[in-house]
Amino acid sequence: MLLLASISLKAQDKIGITEEDYQNSSVQMADGMRSDGKIYVLVTIIGIVLGGILVYVIQTDRKISGLEKRFNK
Amino acid sequence: MKTYWWKILAILLLAYTIVAGLLIEVPRLPILNETIRALFFHVTMWFGMLLMLMVSVYYGVKHLRTGELRYDDLAVEFTNTAILFGVVGISTGMIWAKFTWGDYWTNDPKLNASAIGLLMYFAYLVLRNSLTDVYQRAKISAVYSIFAFAAFIPLIFILPRLTDSLHPGNGGNPGFNAYDMDSKLRTVFYPAIIGWTLLGAWISTLRVRYRRLERKLEDHLINQ
Repeated sequence: MLLLASISLKAQDKIGITEEDYQNSSVQMADGMRSDGKIYVLVTIIGIVLGGILVYVIQTDRKISGLEKRFNK
Repeated sequence: MKTYWWKILAILLLAYTIVAGLLIEVPRLPILNETIRALFFHVTMWFGMLLMLMVSVYYGVKHLRTGELRYDDLAVEFTNTAILFGVVGISTGMIWAKFTWGDYWTNDPKLNASAIGLLMYFAYLVLRNSLTDVYQRAKISAVYSIFAFAAFIPLIFILPRLTDSLHPGNGGNPGFNAYDMDSKLRTVFYPAIIGWTLLGAWISTLRVRYRRLERKLEDHLINQ
C-alpha cells in the first residue's frame, strides 16, 4: 500500500499538459482581447518593432558590404 | 554578402515566432495565463545565448591552436551578442517573475546562478579591455572564456537541479524533458530558438566584419 502510494506520488512529480488544459475556461486568458480582435493589434505592433530592427540590421549589412568592396579594390 | 539564405531564414522564423507565438492556442494554466507565451521570447534568449557562447568557445580554441586574430574576432563578437541576449533574458525574466512568482527577484537558485554567470561575462569584457597587446588580449580572453563557459553550464543547469527551484524542470532530475511542454508549444519554441540564434549570429558577423575592416584600415595607415 505504501509502495503504491509512493509510486503514485512519483508519477505526480511532473504535471503533464492535457487536452483539458486547452478547454479549461476557469482560467482567465486574453479571450476578450482576441474576440475584440485586439490581439492582432499587438501582433502588428510587435511585428513593426521586429521589422524595424531587421531593416536596420539589413542596412548595416549592406553598408559594411559596400565598405568591404571598396577596400578589396 | 556571400551566403545570405540563413539571414532570410532568420527573418522568416522570427516573423513566425511573433505571429504564431502570440496567436496559437496555449494551455490554459492558472497563474501563468497568457504569460506562458514568454516561453518563445524569454526562454529562447537563454538558449540563443548558450548556443552563441558555444560558437565563441569553439573559435576561442581555434585561436589558441592557430594564433590567428581572425578567430579571436569571431570569439569576441559572439560573446558580446551572447551577453546582450543574457541581459535581455534576465530583464524579461524579472518581469515574468514579478507577475507569476510575485517578485522581480526571488532568491531562486537559477536566478542567482544566471546573475553570477552574467557577472563572469562582464568580467570577461573588463579583462579584455585592460590588455593593450592584441595577441595577449586574444589569448588570455580565449582561455578565460573557456573557463567561464565551463563554470556557466553547471551554474545554470546542474546546481539549480540539486536544490529546489521555481523554474520548471529544476529541483530533482528532470532528465531530457526539462520543460513540461506539449507538442503544440514545441512547434513554435524550436523555430523561435533557431530564429533568435540566427539573428544573434547575424549581428555578431556584422560586428566581426566591422572589426576586420577597422584592422585593415589601421594596417593601411601604418604601412603608408
